[in-house]
Parts: sequence; structure tokens; C-alpha cells
Amino acid sequence: MGILEVKNVGKRFGGLQALGDVNLSIAENSVHAIIGPNGAGKSTLLNCLVGKLIPDTGSVMFDGQSVLGRKPYEINQMGISRVFQTPEIFADLSVMENMMIPCFAKRDGAFQLNALSSIPSQRDMIERAEHMLEDMNMADKRAMHAGSLSRGDKRRLEIGMCLSQEPRLLLLDEPTAGMARADTNNTIDLLKQISEDRDITIAIIEHDMHVVFSLAERITVLAQGTPLVEDTPDNIKGNPKVREAYLGETQDAA
Amino acid sequence: MGLTKKDFTLLIIVAILCVFAPFILNPFPEGSAMAQFNAGYPDLMQRLVIFGIFAIGFNILFGLTGYLSFGHAAFLGVGSYAAIWMMKLLTMNVIPAIIISVLVAGLFSLLVGWISLRRSGIYFSILTLAFAQMSYSLAYSVLTPITGGETGLQPKVNDPRILDGVLAAGETPRANLFGLQMNQSYEMAVGNWVFTFNAGYYLAAIVMLIAFYISIRIFRSPFGMMLRAVKSNQQRLNYTGLNAKPYTLAAFVISGMYAGLAGGLLVAMDTQVGAERMFWTASGEVVLMTILGGAGTLIGPVLGAGFIKYMENIVSKINKSILEQWFAFMPDGIEDLLITLVYPFIGKGWHLTLGILFMLVVIFLPGGLVEGGQRIGRLFKRKKPADDKPDGKTTPAE
Repeated sequence: MGILEVKNVGKRFGGLQALGDVNLSIAENSVHAIIGPNGAGKSTLLNCLVGKLIPDTGSVMFDGQSVLGRKPYEINQMGISRVFQTPEIFADLSVMENMMIPCFAKRDGAFQLNALSSIPSQRDMIERAEHMLEDMNMADKRAMHAGSLSRGDKRRLEIGMCLSQEPRLLLLDEPTAGMARADTNNTIDLLKQISEDRDITIAIIEHDMHVVFSLAERITVLAQGTPLVEDTPDNIKGNPKVREAYLGETQDAA
Repeated sequence: MGLTKKDFTLLIIVAILCVFAPFILNPFPEGSAMAQFNAGYPDLMQRLVIFGIFAIGFNILFGLTGYLSFGHAAFLGVGSYAAIWMMKLLTMNVIPAIIISVLVAGLFSLLVGWISLRRSGIYFSILTLAFAQMSYSLAYSVLTPITGGETGLQPKVNDPRILDGVLAAGETPRANLFGLQMNQSYEMAVGNWVFTFNAGYYLAAIVMLIAFYISIRIFRSPFGMMLRAVKSNQQRLNYTGLNAKPYTLAAFVISGMYAGLAGGLLVAMDTQVGAERMFWTASGEVVLMTILGGAGTLIGPVLGAGFIKYMENIVSKINKSILEQWFAFMPDGIEDLLITLVYPFIGKGWHLTLGILFMLVVIFLPGGLVEGGQRIGRLFKRKKPADDKPDGKTTPAE
């Protein structure tokens, strides 16, 4: 029984069957990649996991509890954090404030009317945020405006924000899309380190085969809204069906 | 007091300006040509600080969360009506009136906010505008038994006022603070200058300072940080396990309570209220004040409110004969020309002057008067460390 169990999930947009009949089980503390050509339904599946979309059929269970019908913030409070394709951070706030907000969300829940307490008096929150900035190698950028960070640093910050909530499942939606090779490699190293150091399950949607094969322990190949095959990276590489459906076209580019 | 040194300094500066406002706003001797620009009379000073409160509250919603309400005058009006009813039923003491105005406006804004915050952006603004106009229309017509309709409300001699004793014959009910009448003033003549110290003004100024202090605390609290996060990226906020709705609703209610407080104080100073107080132009005015002064800054809304109320009361009083007096030293032809040129911008044309100034500020100083002050501060930075606050030149209020 995995930490995330997706059973018979289907989603239709008008005439388009975006997800057919998806079954997926993600084992606890593993790194699981979901790959597939454009339009395979990867993002739709992800959105069904975090509460942005509600599937028409099937069930999504996280740690024995259904996530269906819950709002994104409720699902996050259950222990699922999401990293977006383009980094979603609080661009108008400082790096330190960006890191403190998820710390408060973890401690105080979805809403807390602490309008008269001052931030400097929240020592434990400050320490926690600073600790996480150090983990992300961003301690020197704490006073910077988050919007003025480089793309790679925004990504690091976003991952750090998600981690500071101590999620049990971290979902990443093409975390290296549009990144230079050096930044991509940094992100791979960061994610590897996170997976080794922490009790965390990582599910990653990715186009870049280099990233997928450097990180994943299991890979699910999605095609036309249904899982084609699920296996280890080595077996996926050798699988002729996958080569034909997907890898064959992109291997040159990767 | 839980403030950083910088914030504390700002609060102290505002407090000093409030205390000495009767001097600061009356720089010109009586009877001089410039006496026209004196703003140190009670009615205007009261308005400066009361609308300062209104704008400070509005800024908590608009400046922090970015939700632009076009209906805040409704809360001001509701607060005013609640206050006047306290004066009719309970006592002419202003304390119950002020407290009830905050509570009633808070409840009303809870209702309006709960409904309006189902939408964001322009739809939210339109919903709040619709609510405010509805309130105005109701107050003007259907609710006449409660609001006095067209004539409005004011305390009458034969109102019940269960806590007050019976008025002596010929006495009129006057707003007071435990016997200290709000319209009581002490005048001090120094040479050609006359300075007026008014009880109502000082009460309003103290309330404004408390309101300003609370607003600083909110800005610097984790709650304030979350409100700025709402403005910055709601998507990330949702996926960080935070529910934006109660945060925005709390900000809405707090700003509604500030508006109610301003409404209650208006009644405490001048015991009457009419529905026009809730008209949409009044809601628009507080938006102008906040943007003109600097949305999202601490002192900006106070400056904006002071600036607009000063313009409204001073520029609108300049008339043709005053212009003739000013330009009398010019040769006839040029005098007539100057008067013709300046005339559209004064008196009833003060809106034109305000509009032009507003455009100039929005185009050249998107951060409002506060940004102007910061730029001036930066010019002098080498001489002395720049302060967060603009200098006195741009601050007719306080």
C-alpha cells in the first residue's frame, strides 16, 4: 500500500477524455516519476491530486484518507506540497518572509488572527525559516526581494518553502523546465539530497529524460490519458513499447 | 509598545504633529493675504484626523491585500447612524456612540465582505459599490424611519436619552465627553495670530493616534504578512495550506470598523448625519486619499486624507475677489488675464485642481506622496540619514 493510491481516475473536458482510467500507487519515501508525451494527461493528473480539479470517476487516497472534494489548502495541510512549473513565490515579499509564511502555515494552520503579535517576537519561526534558508544555501539572500531572484534561485526558494512545511509528499511539475543545464544539474543534486536526507516521498512530472533517469526509482509512462507501463528506470529504457510511444522521439533532444 | 525604533519614531512624529496642529496649520497672521491658507480652525482639523482614520483603515484592506473596495463610505455612514441613535436613546456622551459605531459597522462589513469576497478583482469592487449604493438608497428612502431620509438625523430636545438628566428649558443637547463639550474651544492670541484649541479635535486626534498605532501593529504582524502574501500570490498561498478567504474577510471587517469609527467621530464632532455620507463619491474619495498618499505605506493614507481635505476646504473657499486682491499689484491687463487663467481652478473648480494633482502623483510618483518624501529624503541622504517620512512641506495635515 503506497502513500498515494490513485484508483480508476478519469477526467473528461467536454469531448476530450483527458484521463481514461488511471491507476497509480506511489510507495512511501520513493522518488516516482510520471512521464509522457505532450497531452498525455500528466498535468491533469497532478491537478486532480492537489484539489485544483476534481476527477469525474475514481478515488485518490493519501495516507488512507480521500483527498477528493477537499480544497487545495486543506490537501496541503494533509501533507502534500506542490512545486509549480514556473516558480510560484511571493514575488513582492522578501526571501525571508517567503520562507516564514509556510512555517506559520505549518504551525498555525489555515488561518490565524494574530494581528497584534509582532514578527520579531516569533523567535521559533524566524529560526526555522533561517535554518531552511541555510539548507537551501540562500542565507545571504534573505533580505532580497524574492521577485528579483534568478530563475534557479526562485526554484530553490520554492522547493525550500515546500520543505519547510515538512510535507510527506512533494509534487514537482516539470521543475527544470526552461532552465539552463547548470541550473538543471543543481536542481537534480538538490532533489537527490532532499530525498536522501528526509522522510519524504517525491513525485515528479518531467519532460527532461536526463532529470528523470538521474532521480527516479520508479517511472510511470502516461500516454493518451492512461498509464502505458510502470517499472524501474532501467526496464523503462529497454521497453520497446515506451521507445515507440515516447522515448524514440525525444532521445536525440535529451 | 512592541514597535521597532523606526515605527516608534514615526508614531511619535505623528503624535507631535497632532498636538501642535493648531499652531502648524495656522502659520499666517489673521487678516493677512495668506490667512486664506490657514487650516487651524476646529471643523477642518477634526475632519483632517477623522478622514485620516478612515483612510488608515481603508489602507489595511487595499494597501495590504490589494482588494479595492468601492463601498467603504457605507460603513462610515452606518457608523454615523448608529452613533446618532446612541445620542438619541442613551446619552449625549460620545463614548457609547463611538463604541457602537465601530461594532455596528463591523457587523455590517462582515455581511458585505462575506458576500463580496466570493469574487476578486473588478467583480469584488463592483459588488462593494453595489452594496454601498444600495445602502445609500435604502437610507434615503425606505429606511426613512431609522435614517431620517432626506433630512437626516440629529438629536432633538425631546429624545428619550435614558442616561442623561432632563435638559433645562432652552438648553440644546450637545455632544460631550463626561461634561466636556466637543465644540468647546480655547483661543490663544499671540500678536496677530489666533490659535484655537478645540476639545473635539483633541479627542479625535487621540483616537486617530490609537488607530494609527493599531495599524502599525497590524502591518508588522504575521497576520499583516499574510495579507501582503494574499496580494502577492494567491495561488502560492492556497498551496501553502493557507485559506485566503478568512484573511481577506478579517481585513475587510477591520477596515469596516475603522470606517465606522470615523463615522462615529464625525457625529461626535457635528451631531448630524445624512444619507449623502454614503454616496459613492464618498467611497471614491477614500480610494483617492489612499492612492494619493501612498497605498500600502503606513503614513501615506493620513497624508492623502489631509491633503484632500485641505484642498477641499481651502482651495474651494478662494473666490474671485480674493484673486483680485492677490493680483492687484499687476497692471490691469495682466491682472485680468491671470484671474481668468486661475479662476477655473479655485472655488467650485477645486476638483479640477485635485484631479490634475492626482494625475501628476499617479504618473510621476506611483508610490504617492510618501514616495515623493522618500525622494526628497534621498536627496539629503548624504547630510543626514533619510527618514521613512516625508518632510512637513507636503503635509498640510498633522
